[in-house]
Parts: sequence; C-alpha cells; structure tokens
Amino acid sequence: MSQPSISKSMTIGESGLAVVFAVTAFLCVIASAKALDAPFAFHAALSAAASLAAVFFIVNRYFERPAALPPQEINGRPNYNMGPIKFSAFMAMFWGIAGFLVGLIIASQLAWPALNFDLPWISFGRLRPLHTSAVIFAFGGNVLVATSFYVVQKSCRARLAGDLAPWFVVLGYNFFILVAGTGYLLGVTQSKEYAEPEWYADLWLTIVWVVYLLVFLATIFKRKEPHIFVANWFYLAFIVTIAVLHLGNNPALPVSVFGSKSYVAWGGIQDAMFQWWYGHNAVGFFLTAGFLAIMYYFIPKRAERPIYSYRLSIIHFWALIFLYIWAGPHHLHYTALPDWTQTLGMTFSIMLWMPSWGGMINGLMTLSGAWDKLRTDPVLRMLVVSVAFYGMSTFEGPMMSIKVVNSLSHYTDWTIGHVHSGALGWVGFVSFGALYCLVPWAWNRKGLYSLKLVNWHFWIATLGIVLYISAMWVSGILQGLMWRAYTSLGFLEYSFIETVEAMHPFYIIRAAGGGLFLIGALIMAYNLWMTVRVGEQEAQMPVALQPAE
Amino acid sequence: MKAILTVHNLASDLVTTIWTPVFVAIFLAIVAYAFWPRNKAVFDKAAHLPLREE
Repeated sequence: MSQPSISKSMTIGESGLAVVFAVTAFLCVIASAKALDAPFAFHAALSAAASLAAVFFIVNRYFERPAALPPQEINGRPNYNMGPIKFSAFMAMFWGIAGFLVGLIIASQLAWPALNFDLPWISFGRLRPLHTSAVIFAFGGNVLVATSFYVVQKSCRARLAGDLAPWFVVLGYNFFILVAGTGYLLGVTQSKEYAEPEWYADLWLTIVWVVYLLVFLATIFKRKEPHIFVANWFYLAFIVTIAVLHLGNNPALPVSVFGSKSYVAWGGIQDAMFQWWYGHNAVGFFLTAGFLAIMYYFIPKRAERPIYSYRLSIIHFWALIFLYIWAGPHHLHYTALPDWTQTLGMTFSIMLWMPSWGGMINGLMTLSGAWDKLRTDPVLRMLVVSVAFYGMSTFEGPMMSIKVVNSLSHYTDWTIGHVHSGALGWVGFVSFGALYCLVPWAWNRKGLYSLKLVNWHFWIATLGIVLYISAMWVSGILQGLMWRAYTSLGFLEYSFIETVEAMHPFYIIRAAGGGLFLIGALIMAYNLWMTVRVGEQEAQMPVALQPAE
Repeated sequence: MKAILTVHNLASDLVTTIWTPVFVAIFLAIVAYAFWPRNKAVFDKAAHLPLREE
C-alpha cells in the first residue's frame, strides 16, 4: 500500500508534538530539581521520563511508518483505527483488576483494622481514593474512551480523526491516572471526593480532555452517515459535561509552582455546593450518560435487534440532560446549605425517576423478539442484567434523596451499598459486556475464547454483588437506627463504638462479596487474553483490508 | 462600572425570571421533534444503525 511517489516528511503534528514534549521534559527536570516536597519531585521526574518516552515514540513511529499516512478508506470502506481502542481496552482490564483488588483490601481493613499494618501508604484514608479513582476513572474511563472511539467510528462510518491525537488521548489519560494514583499513596490530595488529584494533574487532564473532545467532534464532523446516532449524543454529553465539571470544581491556587499543595479558590458552603454539583454530575454524566451510550450501541448490536424506541431515546437523552445537573444538593441535606437549595436538589432527584426508567425500559425492551438469547448468550445476559441494576439503583437513589429517608441513610453504609449496586451492577456489568463484545471485534476474532467462562464470571460476580449490597443495606439501616435510638430518659442509647462493633459481621460479608467480584474479573481477563492469543481470525476480511494501526 | 453592574443585574434578573419557561419550551420543542410524524422514517432507520455492517 505504500505510495513511493510521496516523499516522506514529518507532519506538523509529529514535529510540533515532539518539540513540545522535549521542552516539557526539560521543564520537568528543572521542576524536579527545585521541588519543595518529595512527591512533587517524584511526579516531575515521572513527567520528564514520560515526555522523553513520548519524543522517542513519536520519532520512532515516524521512521517506522510508510511515507503516506493511513488512508481514510480502503476499497470504499472506512479504514477504522483500532490501535488506541485496543490499548484502552487492555488498560481498562488492568485498572479494573487493580481497582477491585484495592477495594477488597480496604473492605478487609474495615473488617480487620490490623491490616493497615500501621503504614501510612496503605492506610484506609489513602487507599480509599485509590480504589474509587481506579474503578471509576481508570477502569470506567478507559472503557468509555475505548467504546466511544469504536462507536463513533462505526456509527459515523468514518476513520477516527487525527493521527497522533487519539494516541495522545489514551496515553495521556492513563498517565494522568498514574500521577493521580501514585499521588494518593504518597499523601498528595485536594481532599475533594472524586476530585482528589492536585493542581498539576488537573491541568494535565484538562489538556488531554480537550483533545479527546476535539477528536470526537472532528470524527462526527467528517461522518458519512447523515444522522448522528443517539449513542454519540450520550458520549458527547459525557465528554462536554466532564470538562465543565472538572473546570468548575478545581480552581485552586498552588502554594508554589514547585510544590504539590494547593488551596481551593473558594471555601465554606460555596465549596461544598460546587463539590457536590461536581460529584453528583460525575455520577450523572460519567457513570450514567457515558455508559448509556454503551447500552444504546452494544445491546442492539449483540441482541441483533433495533433499538426498541428511537423516539424514547431522544426524550430520554434530553430529559436526563435537563434534570441531572440540578440534583447535586441532595448530598448536603441538613447542612449549612440553604434549605430551599436542598429541597430543589431533592425535587430534581425525584424527577430523575422518569428519564432513568424510560431509558431502562428502552434498553430492556430492545430484547423483544430476542429474549431467548438470554439463555444462550451470557454476554447479552450481562448487558441486560446491568440495565436491570441501572433501574434498581436509579430507583433507590431518588428515594434516598428524599430528606426524611436521607436523615436515616446519610453517612451510613446504605450509601455505600447504593453506590455499589450502581457501580458493580450497572457500570461494572455493562463494561464487562461491552469489553466481551469489543475485544473480538477490535482484534478481528470470530468470537470469545470461551462463553462458558463468561457464564462463570456472570454467576460469580452476581453472587458477589448480592452479598455486597444486601450486607450494606442491613448494616446501613442498622447503623442509622442505632445512631438515632434514644433511651426513655432522652440519652443516646448506643455509643459510637457500639455501632462500629455491630457492623463487623456485615463488613466480612461485604469483603467476601468483593472477593467474588474480583475472582470474576480475573476469569474475564484470562478469557480476553486467550481470545486475543489463540482466538480464530475472522475469515471474511482479507489481510489487505485490516484496519491499520 | 455602575452601568456594567446595572446591565449585569438586569441580565441576571431576566435569566432567573425566564429560564424556567425557556427551558420548558425548549424541552417541549424537542418532544415535538421526537414525535413529528415526518421524522419517523429517519428514526426507524437510526434504530437499526448498530446492526448495519459497513
């Protein structure tokens, strides 16, 4: 396919990026030398090494590639770019296992506190954000990047925009995760839930995220398909809103440009309000909109049935967009936040029942005429059960946002149970289902290595979720009731430590549930690895037509 | 400066007063678009989009 008539030269992107990274490496070395604290020195050195690696990668890639850039189409068919998708899918599985493992460790620390080993780096306070960031942003984020790059290409019938840009997104995003995660272990944190990374990691993520948005938009812009498919709307809402949330919640002033510590631009209740506007919309637009995009593409494709109601999908999308952004204050019931704001947050949370259940019905009913496939296809079963969990946790969420219910549930394990029925059941299962579809498609394999192993994964993980969430329901309600129990003389009936003691058996059950979920993921990783290693090549596609990487 | 503040107050009053009807109107327009009979063919085709192999 090489076209010898074109003389080989570096593109502006290649030479420009190489220079930018060379300069960055130099600046990072200086920052490392002048660093005020050890973690900052480590991160600056890490960034210098990564920048040098990027220069090497760009130059080496230039020497290895043919003179012409990969064509947009081959024989009239789009020449899809699968390289960055494969990388993201691999990283998703890697971070998923890391995140589930850390979750199991901190669950065990709660049951047996001695497992802290009195070491600061693995204390609960540092590992907990590592767990949440690893599962949400590292595992979930890589799943979203991989599937969005796949879906936008296929549904637009166009090759992913940019040559180096998609690689910049996937590598840059994972480098952000590396900096954020090692930072937590070293004690670097803004102490804002789900927004823990410090100012320099935030700046880097902003750059990566803008490039992500541009790659996605440019691919839509050059689409061959006139209609923009609904999944792309959901992905776009996810990308745009995360950018807005990230910029809104993270304005901070570093103590020094050579140190990791920064102070938030505003304090008090304004900060709390901003934080939970951010926090809840991270749930709404990262963990919901993004994964609904997966639902709208992967379930129809796997079930080989059209979307049940495309009209409903449009209304589902816009209702979600209009309502979600106001729900944040339900995280601050009975605090210094003005009462009307709390009620507003509660009201919008309850209204969210409608789009959530509309979306769930749309996903489930897509199987009409293909329900029998649930018996034979465990991947489809995983996708469908994820939608059922979506319905369940989006029923529970609005209920818990009602102030009276919240007065019992808030600060208890009920919240943890609710979050995990959403995270393990909905986000986890829809991601597993999507990866089980995506890996054979991206690597051009006929199918998975073993459907039997998928079946094992499904049942082991489901059992794990059931143990997890039922233990947390019981423990949460028990905890809430014990905290508000008074004696006939008006004294609190239980001391705090008694409520902690009462949690112990449930913490063990929860850890067991998490352990099962981790075992399921390990089975999955083996299955996907074998699919790539020994899976049979899809026959129809001649070698010449394989997407260039 | 005072003029700017006046304009700002005016704009903010206007926005806080009318945003509810404006958003409701936009949303109703979207619902009308979704149910407009002439759009049915496009949506039916789009519902099949994931199934189509290029």
